[in-house]
Amino acid sequence: MIPPVTPSQTIGPFLHIGLPWPDGPDVVPDGTPGAFVISGTVVDGAGEPVTDAMVETWQADPRGGFDHPDDPRTPAGPPLPGFRGFGRCPTDGAGRFWLRTVKPGPVPAPDGTTQAPHLDVSVFARGLLHRLVTRVYFDDEPEANATDPVLNSVDPAFRSTLVATTTPEGYRFDIRLHGDGETVFFAL
Amino acid sequence: MPQETVPSGPVASRLTLPHYVGDGAVHPPLLSPEYRSTVLRAPTRPLVLLPQSFTEVTGPLLGEGRVSPTDGDLTRQHDGEPQGQRIVVSGQVRDSDGRPVPYTLVEVWQANAAGRYRHAVDNWPAPLDPNFTGLGRTMTDSQGRYRFVTIRPGAYPWGNHDNAWRPAHIHFSLFGRAFTQRLVTQMYFPDDPLFDTDPIFNSVPDPRARQRLVSRFDWDTTQPQWALGFVFDIVLRGRDGTPFEDQKGEK
Repeated sequence: MIPPVTPSQTIGPFLHIGLPWPDGPDVVPDGTPGAFVISGTVVDGAGEPVTDAMVETWQADPRGGFDHPDDPRTPAGPPLPGFRGFGRCPTDGAGRFWLRTVKPGPVPAPDGTTQAPHLDVSVFARGLLHRLVTRVYFDDEPEANATDPVLNSVDPAFRSTLVATTTPEGYRFDIRLHGDGETVFFAL
Repeated sequence: MPQETVPSGPVASRLTLPHYVGDGAVHPPLLSPEYRSTVLRAPTRPLVLLPQSFTEVTGPLLGEGRVSPTDGDLTRQHDGEPQGQRIVVSGQVRDSDGRPVPYTLVEVWQANAAGRYRHAVDNWPAPLDPNFTGLGRTMTDSQGRYRFVTIRPGAYPWGNHDNAWRPAHIHFSLFGRAFTQRLVTQMYFPDDPLFDTDPIFNSVPDPRARQRLVSRFDWDTTQPQWALGFVFDIVLRGRDGTPFEDQKGEK
Protein backbone atom coordinates (compact mmCIF):
# COMPACT_ATOMS: atom_id res chain seq x y z
CA MET A 1 0.00 0.00 0.00
CA ILE A 2 1.25 3.47 -0.83
CA PRO A 3 1.01 5.67 2.25
CA PRO A 4 -0.99 8.90 1.81
CA VAL A 5 2.02 11.14 2.31
CA THR A 6 2.39 14.63 0.94
CA PRO A 7 4.38 14.50 -2.30
CA SER A 8 7.74 16.20 -2.66
CA GLN A 9 8.25 19.21 -4.93
CA THR A 10 11.44 20.92 -6.01
CA ILE A 11 13.11 23.39 -3.68
CA GLY A 12 13.26 25.73 -6.69
CA PRO A 13 15.79 28.42 -7.54
CA PHE A 14 14.85 30.80 -4.72
CA LEU A 15 15.74 28.68 -1.71
CA HIS A 16 18.17 31.35 -0.52
CA ILE A 17 15.25 33.49 0.64
CA GLY A 18 14.25 31.11 3.33
CA LEU A 19 16.68 28.36 4.12
CA PRO A 20 20.26 29.47 4.75
CA TRP A 21 21.14 29.93 8.42
CA PRO A 22 24.14 31.98 9.57
CA ASP A 23 25.40 28.93 11.48
CA GLY A 24 24.10 26.40 8.96
CA PRO A 25 27.46 24.82 8.06
CA ASP A 26 28.43 24.48 11.72
CA VAL A 27 27.71 20.90 12.68
CA VAL A 28 30.07 21.79 15.50
CA PRO A 29 31.08 25.31 16.62
CA ASP A 30 34.27 26.84 15.29
CA GLY A 31 37.13 25.94 17.60
CA THR A 32 35.81 22.49 18.51
CA PRO A 33 38.75 20.14 19.06
CA GLY A 34 39.16 17.83 16.08
CA ALA A 35 36.90 19.89 13.84
CA PHE A 36 37.59 19.93 10.11
CA VAL A 37 35.94 21.27 6.98
CA ILE A 38 34.32 19.11 4.33
CA SER A 39 33.84 21.01 1.09
CA GLY A 40 32.92 20.22 -2.44
CA THR A 41 31.14 21.22 -5.60
CA VAL A 42 27.77 20.12 -6.93
CA VAL A 43 27.83 19.67 -10.72
CA ASP A 44 25.18 18.70 -13.26
CA GLY A 45 25.29 16.41 -16.28
CA ALA A 46 26.98 19.05 -18.40
CA GLY A 47 29.72 19.47 -15.81
CA GLU A 48 28.34 22.88 -14.89
CA PRO A 49 28.29 23.93 -11.24
CA VAL A 50 24.86 23.83 -9.64
CA THR A 51 24.53 27.22 -8.01
CA ASP A 52 21.02 26.74 -6.64
CA ALA A 53 21.47 23.60 -4.56
CA MET A 54 21.44 23.03 -0.84
CA VAL A 55 23.37 20.29 0.92
CA GLU A 56 22.34 18.99 4.34
CA THR A 57 24.08 16.42 6.52
CA TRP A 58 23.16 14.33 9.56
CA GLN A 59 25.58 12.21 11.54
CA ALA A 60 26.41 10.47 14.79
CA ASP A 61 28.56 12.20 17.37
CA PRO A 62 32.16 11.03 17.90
CA ARG A 63 30.85 8.32 20.25
CA GLY A 64 28.55 6.93 17.57
CA GLY A 65 25.43 8.17 19.33
CA PHE A 66 22.46 10.32 18.40
CA ASP A 67 20.77 12.74 20.77
CA HIS A 68 17.33 11.42 19.85
CA PRO A 69 14.60 9.40 21.58
CA ASP A 70 14.84 6.62 19.00
CA ASP A 71 18.46 5.95 19.93
CA PRO A 72 18.19 4.30 23.35
CA ARG A 73 21.85 3.35 23.58
CA THR A 74 23.99 5.05 26.18
CA PRO A 75 27.21 6.16 24.52
CA ALA A 76 30.42 6.00 26.51
CA GLY A 77 31.92 9.27 27.63
CA PRO A 78 30.70 12.84 27.77
CA PRO A 79 28.83 14.49 24.89
CA LEU A 80 30.73 16.91 22.68
CA PRO A 81 29.71 20.46 23.63
CA GLY A 82 27.86 22.29 20.88
CA PHE A 83 27.50 19.22 18.69
CA ARG A 84 24.37 19.61 16.53
CA GLY A 85 24.78 16.66 14.20
CA PHE A 86 23.06 18.58 11.44
CA GLY A 87 24.62 20.79 8.80
CA ARG A 88 23.11 22.88 6.03
CA CYS A 89 24.84 24.85 3.31
CA PRO A 90 23.49 26.32 0.07
CA THR A 91 25.87 26.20 -2.86
CA ASP A 92 27.52 29.45 -3.88
CA GLY A 93 28.02 30.99 -7.32
CA ALA A 94 30.59 28.32 -8.14
CA GLY A 95 28.45 25.42 -6.92
CA ARG A 96 30.51 25.02 -3.76
CA PHE A 97 29.37 24.07 -0.28
CA TRP A 98 31.18 23.44 2.99
CA LEU A 99 30.51 22.09 6.46
CA ARG A 100 32.45 22.21 9.72
CA THR A 101 32.20 18.94 11.58
CA VAL A 102 33.97 16.12 13.40
CA LYS A 103 34.35 12.46 12.50
CA PRO A 104 31.32 10.46 13.61
CA GLY A 105 31.78 7.30 15.63
CA PRO A 106 30.76 3.82 14.48
CA VAL A 107 27.03 3.11 14.21
CA PRO A 108 25.49 -0.38 14.16
CA ALA A 109 23.81 -1.53 10.97
CA PRO A 110 20.40 -3.21 10.99
CA ASP A 111 22.08 -6.56 10.29
CA GLY A 112 24.15 -6.30 13.45
CA THR A 113 27.41 -5.39 11.77
CA THR A 114 29.16 -2.09 12.32
CA GLN A 115 29.03 0.74 9.82
CA ALA A 116 32.07 2.81 8.99
CA PRO A 117 31.97 6.49 10.01
CA HIS A 118 29.54 8.20 7.67
CA LEU A 119 27.38 11.25 7.14
CA ASP A 120 23.94 11.03 5.62
CA VAL A 121 23.49 13.71 2.96
CA SER A 122 20.42 15.29 1.38
CA VAL A 123 20.85 17.27 -1.84
CA PHE A 124 18.12 19.67 -2.88
CA ALA A 125 18.15 21.82 -6.03
CA ARG A 126 16.13 23.37 -8.76
CA GLY A 127 15.46 20.49 -11.12
CA LEU A 128 15.36 17.93 -8.32
CA LEU A 129 11.72 17.08 -7.70
CA HIS A 130 12.73 15.04 -4.68
CA ARG A 131 15.84 15.26 -2.54
CA LEU A 132 18.75 13.02 -3.42
CA VAL A 133 20.22 11.01 -0.57
CA THR A 134 23.86 10.03 -0.48
CA ARG A 135 26.53 9.30 2.11
CA VAL A 136 29.99 10.64 2.91
CA TYR A 137 32.61 8.11 3.98
CA PHE A 138 36.25 8.97 4.69
CA ASP A 139 39.33 7.85 2.77
CA ASP A 140 41.39 7.55 5.96
CA GLU A 141 39.11 4.79 7.27
CA PRO A 142 40.06 2.01 4.83
CA GLU A 143 39.55 -0.86 7.27
CA ALA A 144 36.15 0.29 8.47
CA ASN A 145 35.08 1.09 4.91
CA ALA A 146 36.08 -2.39 3.75
CA THR A 147 33.50 -4.00 6.03
CA ASP A 148 30.76 -1.37 5.81
CA PRO A 149 27.54 -3.08 4.70
CA VAL A 150 26.25 -0.09 2.78
CA LEU A 151 29.47 0.51 0.85
CA ASN A 152 29.63 -3.21 0.14
CA SER A 153 26.13 -3.10 -1.32
CA VAL A 154 27.29 -0.60 -3.93
CA ASP A 155 28.83 -1.61 -7.25
CA PRO A 156 32.61 -1.40 -6.65
CA ALA A 157 32.98 0.71 -9.78
CA PHE A 158 31.02 3.53 -8.15
CA ARG A 159 32.00 3.17 -4.48
CA SER A 160 34.65 5.87 -4.63
CA THR A 161 31.96 8.49 -5.28
CA LEU A 162 30.91 8.02 -1.64
CA VAL A 163 34.38 8.48 -0.15
CA ALA A 164 35.64 11.94 0.79
CA THR A 165 39.32 12.55 0.11
CA THR A 166 41.72 14.07 2.58
CA THR A 167 42.75 17.71 2.03
CA PRO A 168 44.83 20.09 4.13
CA GLU A 169 41.63 21.58 5.59
CA GLY A 170 39.77 18.33 6.08
CA TYR A 171 38.06 16.49 3.26
CA ARG A 172 36.74 17.05 -0.23
CA PHE A 173 33.44 15.53 -1.36
CA ASP A 174 32.10 16.48 -4.79
CA ILE A 175 28.57 15.61 -5.83
CA ARG A 176 27.90 14.77 -9.49
CA LEU A 177 24.18 14.61 -10.10
CA HIS A 178 24.14 13.06 -13.56
CA GLY A 179 26.45 11.33 -16.03
CA ASP A 180 30.22 10.90 -15.88
CA GLY A 181 31.38 10.16 -12.36
CA GLU A 182 27.81 10.24 -11.12
CA THR A 183 27.55 10.01 -7.35
CA VAL A 184 25.79 6.97 -5.90
CA PHE A 185 22.38 8.01 -4.58
CA PHE A 186 20.18 5.98 -2.28
CA ALA A 187 16.53 5.14 -1.92
CA LEU A 188 15.48 5.29 1.70
CA MET B 1 3.42 0.26 16.02
CA PRO B 2 7.17 0.38 16.68
CA GLN B 3 8.29 -1.24 19.85
CA GLU B 4 10.48 0.49 22.35
CA THR B 5 13.87 -0.99 22.87
CA VAL B 6 15.62 -2.71 25.75
CA PRO B 7 19.12 -1.27 25.76
CA SER B 8 20.54 -2.84 28.91
CA GLY B 9 21.30 -6.16 30.53
CA PRO B 10 21.70 -9.48 28.78
CA VAL B 11 19.63 -8.39 25.78
CA ALA B 12 21.80 -5.37 25.03
CA SER B 13 22.42 -6.49 21.47
CA ARG B 14 18.70 -6.66 20.77
CA LEU B 15 17.84 -3.18 19.59
CA THR B 16 14.60 -2.68 17.77
CA LEU B 17 14.68 0.21 15.37
CA PRO B 18 11.59 1.87 14.02
CA HIS B 19 11.16 1.42 10.31
CA TYR B 20 9.59 4.02 8.04
CA VAL B 21 7.27 2.92 5.26
CA GLY B 22 8.35 3.22 1.67
CA ASP B 23 6.82 6.20 -0.07
CA GLY B 24 8.72 6.37 -3.33
CA ALA B 25 5.66 5.86 -5.50
CA VAL B 26 4.05 9.02 -4.15
CA HIS B 27 6.79 11.36 -5.25
CA PRO B 28 7.56 12.68 -8.71
CA PRO B 29 10.00 10.70 -10.86
CA LEU B 30 13.36 12.46 -10.65
CA LEU B 31 13.51 12.50 -14.43
CA SER B 32 10.38 14.39 -15.50
CA PRO B 33 11.42 15.84 -18.87
CA GLU B 34 8.46 18.22 -19.10
CA TYR B 35 10.24 20.04 -16.28
CA ARG B 36 13.36 20.73 -18.28
CA SER B 37 15.75 21.31 -15.39
CA THR B 38 15.43 17.65 -14.42
CA VAL B 39 17.12 16.43 -17.59
CA LEU B 40 20.73 17.14 -16.60
CA ARG B 41 20.17 16.89 -12.86
CA ALA B 42 18.30 13.61 -12.35
CA PRO B 43 20.68 10.70 -11.74
CA THR B 44 20.99 8.21 -14.61
CA ARG B 45 21.59 5.11 -12.50
CA PRO B 46 18.99 3.45 -10.28
CA LEU B 47 18.98 4.43 -6.62
CA VAL B 48 20.63 1.94 -4.25
CA LEU B 49 18.48 0.79 -1.34
CA LEU B 50 19.77 2.20 1.96
CA PRO B 51 18.73 0.11 4.98
CA GLN B 52 17.32 2.22 7.80
CA SER B 53 19.88 2.31 10.60
CA PHE B 54 20.15 4.69 13.54
CA THR B 55 21.45 7.39 11.21
CA GLU B 56 18.26 7.25 9.14
CA VAL B 57 15.66 6.81 11.90
CA THR B 58 17.02 9.68 13.95
CA GLY B 59 17.26 13.28 12.82
CA PRO B 60 17.80 16.83 13.99
CA LEU B 61 15.28 17.99 16.56
CA LEU B 62 15.85 21.66 15.98
CA GLY B 63 14.69 23.79 18.83
CA GLU B 64 12.84 26.98 19.27
CA GLY B 65 16.07 28.95 19.34
CA ARG B 66 15.76 29.05 15.55
CA VAL B 67 12.37 30.77 15.60
CA SER B 68 11.60 34.29 16.79
CA PRO B 69 8.05 35.46 17.57
CA THR B 70 7.75 37.50 14.35
CA ASP B 71 8.95 34.66 12.12
CA GLY B 72 5.47 33.19 11.79
CA ASP B 73 3.88 36.44 10.59
CA LEU B 74 5.28 37.47 7.21
CA THR B 75 3.20 40.66 7.29
CA ARG B 76 4.98 42.03 10.39
CA GLN B 77 8.61 41.84 9.38
CA HIS B 78 8.94 45.44 8.13
CA ASP B 79 7.80 48.94 9.10
CA GLY B 80 4.69 48.76 6.94
CA GLU B 81 2.31 46.08 5.80
CA PRO B 82 2.93 44.28 2.54
CA GLN B 83 0.61 44.71 -0.42
CA GLY B 84 -1.78 41.93 -1.21
CA GLN B 85 -4.49 39.70 0.18
CA ARG B 86 -3.75 38.86 3.81
CA ILE B 87 -4.15 35.13 4.51
CA VAL B 88 -3.76 32.72 7.40
CA VAL B 89 -2.17 29.40 6.41
CA SER B 90 -2.48 26.70 9.04
CA GLY B 91 -2.59 22.94 9.30
CA GLN B 92 -1.43 19.86 11.07
CA VAL B 93 1.72 17.84 10.42
CA ARG B 94 1.11 14.12 10.86
CA ASP B 95 2.76 10.79 10.14
CA SER B 96 1.19 8.54 7.54
CA ASP B 97 0.14 6.34 10.44
CA GLY B 98 -1.90 9.23 11.79
CA ARG B 99 0.24 10.49 14.63
CA PRO B 100 0.82 14.24 14.98
CA VAL B 101 4.42 15.39 14.56
CA PRO B 102 4.95 17.77 17.48
CA TYR B 103 7.60 20.45 17.94
CA THR B 104 9.10 20.25 14.49
CA LEU B 105 10.49 23.16 12.53
CA VAL B 106 8.44 24.37 9.55
CA GLU B 107 10.11 26.82 7.14
CA VAL B 108 8.32 28.62 4.32
CA TRP B 109 9.35 31.00 1.54
CA GLN B 110 7.34 32.60 -1.22
CA ALA B 111 6.91 35.31 -3.85
CA ASN B 112 5.11 38.55 -3.05
CA ALA B 113 1.58 39.44 -4.15
CA ALA B 114 2.87 40.43 -7.59
CA GLY B 115 4.62 37.09 -8.06
CA ARG B 116 8.13 38.42 -7.52
CA TYR B 117 10.71 36.83 -5.23
CA ARG B 118 13.12 38.99 -3.30
CA HIS B 119 16.02 37.20 -4.92
CA ALA B 120 18.83 38.25 -7.25
CA VAL B 121 17.93 35.75 -9.96
CA ASP B 122 14.26 36.79 -10.12
CA ASN B 123 14.22 39.83 -12.37
CA TRP B 124 10.98 39.73 -14.29
CA PRO B 125 9.22 43.13 -14.42
CA ALA B 126 6.90 42.81 -11.45
CA PRO B 127 7.40 45.10 -8.47
CA LEU B 128 9.27 44.19 -5.32
CA ASP B 129 7.48 45.08 -2.11
CA PRO B 130 9.67 46.88 0.44
CA ASN B 131 7.47 45.48 3.19
CA PHE B 132 7.72 41.83 2.21
CA THR B 133 10.66 39.45 2.44
CA GLY B 134 8.75 36.21 1.98
CA LEU B 135 10.44 34.11 4.67
CA GLY B 136 8.67 32.43 7.59
CA ARG B 137 9.55 29.91 10.30
CA THR B 138 7.55 28.31 13.05
CA MET B 139 7.41 25.20 15.21
CA THR B 140 4.49 22.81 15.34
CA ASP B 141 2.76 22.62 18.73
CA SER B 142 2.18 19.53 20.84
CA GLN B 143 -0.51 18.42 18.37
CA GLY B 144 1.60 19.03 15.29
CA ARG B 145 -0.29 22.21 14.40
CA TYR B 146 1.34 25.21 12.75
CA ARG B 147 0.12 28.63 11.62
CA PHE B 148 1.49 31.41 9.43
CA VAL B 149 0.09 34.82 8.57
CA THR B 150 1.19 36.02 5.15
CA ILE B 151 -0.13 37.42 1.89
CA ARG B 152 -1.34 35.36 -1.01
CA PRO B 153 1.56 35.02 -3.46
CA GLY B 154 1.10 35.83 -7.12
CA ALA B 155 1.70 33.57 -10.09
CA TYR B 156 4.87 34.24 -12.06
CA PRO B 157 6.33 33.39 -15.45
CA TRP B 158 9.32 31.14 -15.98
CA GLY B 159 11.34 29.93 -18.91
CA ASN B 160 10.46 26.24 -18.96
CA HIS B 161 8.30 26.42 -22.08
CA ASP B 162 6.42 28.96 -24.17
CA ASN B 163 4.26 31.22 -21.99
CA ALA B 164 5.00 29.15 -18.90
CA TRP B 165 3.56 30.38 -15.58
CA ARG B 166 3.86 28.78 -12.17
CA PRO B 167 0.63 28.47 -10.21
CA ALA B 168 0.74 30.51 -7.01
CA HIS B 169 2.49 28.51 -4.29
CA ILE B 170 4.27 28.65 -0.96
CA HIS B 171 7.42 26.56 -0.48
CA PHE B 172 7.48 24.38 2.65
CA SER B 173 10.42 22.64 4.33
CA LEU B 174 9.85 20.08 7.10
CA PHE B 175 12.10 17.87 9.19
CA GLY B 176 9.78 15.58 11.09
CA ARG B 177 11.61 13.52 13.69
CA ALA B 178 13.92 11.47 11.47
CA PHE B 179 16.25 11.95 8.50
CA THR B 180 13.90 9.61 6.67
CA GLN B 181 10.98 12.02 7.10
CA ARG B 182 12.63 15.12 5.63
CA LEU B 183 10.32 16.78 3.11
CA VAL B 184 10.49 19.85 0.88
CA THR B 185 7.32 20.61 -1.01
CA GLN B 186 5.01 23.35 -2.29
CA MET B 187 1.52 24.35 -1.20
CA TYR B 188 -0.90 25.48 -3.88
CA PHE B 189 -4.26 27.28 -3.78
CA PRO B 190 -7.59 25.75 -4.77
CA ASP B 191 -8.90 26.01 -8.32
CA ASP B 192 -5.80 27.54 -9.84
CA PRO B 193 -6.27 27.74 -13.65
CA LEU B 194 -2.51 27.23 -14.09
CA PHE B 195 -2.46 23.69 -12.70
CA ASP B 196 -3.07 21.99 -16.03
CA THR B 197 0.03 23.36 -17.69
CA ASP B 198 2.45 23.24 -14.76
CA PRO B 199 4.99 20.40 -15.12
CA ILE B 200 6.10 20.67 -11.50
CA PHE B 201 2.62 20.21 -10.04
CA ASN B 202 1.86 17.50 -12.61
CA SER B 203 5.11 15.66 -11.95
CA VAL B 204 3.31 13.90 -9.09
CA PRO B 205 2.02 10.81 -10.90
CA ASP B 206 -1.09 10.04 -8.85
CA PRO B 207 -3.84 12.68 -9.22
CA ARG B 208 -5.06 11.99 -5.68
CA ALA B 209 -1.59 12.56 -4.29
CA ARG B 210 -1.34 15.74 -6.35
CA GLN B 211 -4.45 17.07 -4.65
CA ARG B 212 -2.68 16.74 -1.29
CA LEU B 213 -0.53 19.67 -2.44
CA VAL B 214 -3.59 21.91 -2.76
CA SER B 215 -4.70 23.82 0.32
CA ARG B 216 -8.39 24.33 0.98
CA PHE B 217 -10.21 27.53 1.75
CA ASP B 218 -11.53 27.41 5.30
CA TRP B 219 -14.17 29.56 6.98
CA ASP B 220 -13.18 28.47 10.49
CA THR B 221 -9.73 30.02 10.21
CA THR B 222 -10.93 33.01 8.17
CA GLN B 223 -10.83 36.05 10.44
CA PRO B 224 -13.63 38.63 10.03
CA GLN B 225 -12.44 41.98 8.72
CA TRP B 226 -8.89 40.65 8.57
CA ALA B 227 -7.72 37.59 6.63
CA LEU B 228 -8.82 34.60 4.55
CA GLY B 229 -8.01 31.16 5.95
CA PHE B 230 -6.38 28.33 4.03
CA VAL B 231 -5.67 24.91 5.54
CA PHE B 232 -2.73 22.80 4.41
CA ASP B 233 -2.25 19.54 6.29
CA ILE B 234 1.05 17.77 5.69
CA VAL B 235 1.63 14.03 5.98
CA LEU B 236 5.17 12.72 6.47
CA ARG B 237 6.28 9.11 6.16
CA GLY B 238 5.13 7.09 9.13
CA ARG B 239 6.43 3.92 10.69
CA ASP B 240 5.27 0.58 9.52
CA GLY B 241 4.19 -2.27 11.72
CA THR B 242 7.23 -4.46 11.32
CA PRO B 243 10.06 -2.92 13.29
CA PHE B 244 13.46 -4.30 12.47
CA GLU B 245 15.20 -6.47 15.03
CA ASP B 246 18.79 -5.36 15.28
CA GLN B 247 20.23 -8.71 16.16
CA LYS B 248 22.51 -10.97 14.23
CA GLY B 249 20.78 -13.85 12.57
CA GLU B 250 17.29 -12.64 13.28
CA LYS B 251 14.94 -10.32 11.50
